[in-house]
Amino acid sequence: MRWKYGVILLISTSILISLVSIASAEEWAGADAKAEEAIGEISPQYEPWFSPLFEPPSGEIESLLFSLQSAIGSLLIGYYIGHHRGTRHARNA
Amino acid sequence: MHIMEGFLPPLWAGVWYVFALPIVVYGAYRVKKEIEENPRNKSLLAVSAGFIFVLSALKIPSVTGSCSHPTGTGVAVVMFGPAITAFLSVIVLLYQALLLAHGGITTLGANTASMGIIGPFTGWLMYRVVSRRLDIKLSTFIAAAVADWVTYVVTSIQLALAFPSGGGVAGVIASATKFLAIFSITQIPLAIIEGILAALLMGYLIQLRDTVVEVTA
Repeated sequence: MRWKYGVILLISTSILISLVSIASAEEWAGADAKAEEAIGEISPQYEPWFSPLFEPPSGEIESLLFSLQSAIGSLLIGYYIGHHRGTRHARNA
Repeated sequence: MHIMEGFLPPLWAGVWYVFALPIVVYGAYRVKKEIEENPRNKSLLAVSAGFIFVLSALKIPSVTGSCSHPTGTGVAVVMFGPAITAFLSVIVLLYQALLLAHGGITTLGANTASMGIIGPFTGWLMYRVVSRRLDIKLSTFIAAAVADWVTYVVTSIQLALAFPSGGGVAGVIASATKFLAIFSITQIPLAIIEGILAALLMGYLIQLRDTVVEVTA
């Protein structure tokens, strides 16, 4: 069973990488920015009626907060897995 | 990629709030009940929330030349069902709306409806169907990939409903095609990646604790 997932992983990453290199990579903008453009085309008169209460002052700070988010998540997962591996190990010792 | 702050007219923002709120409140109640009745599952709740945190922070480049991020709701919905997943998603959506200006407070209802409710719910239905025949890892793969992809289909429809390119149903459909071209194609490879990661984590969790299988919703 295990090798199957390895094969799936390998195939999908290689497809992803090859397609990514083919794609006309203009700027790798977020899909939400593209949606914003599309909204502008459909109804040019639309103005966002609310703006974010707080915006990260720079791209650097934004990536800080994004990495903090994923760090919190991986901490939770890692703690759980480590805890259970450890207790299982101790029980068998 | 969630709907940006202010990018849904007040009417639609309200509609999605009304749709999402009761389910999130029920989800919060279910989380509380789960912790009281099965304190041992508290840590599994944290793990499934952690998976949503990690995956929805990763903006990954995709085939269309733009970036998007997975949702991470697959593991939560397989283990605890759609209501609890809705509540866990709101935590992440609030973090991103308040600190990252990603998504928004006015669009929180709509984003919860897509990422927290309709997407995972569809994934959960798929899981219920396939888990009788397939093993848990493969079922988790399918559930997570479906939950991820449907999330963005719903996002496209939400935008199309708010911004039809013409009158009536035809306008909505024309507009939906446009948004689907942006979101759904970008999302296909990401949904596959998310499915694989969810299946790997699920397999690992089962190895650690056999009772995980009993937990699955």
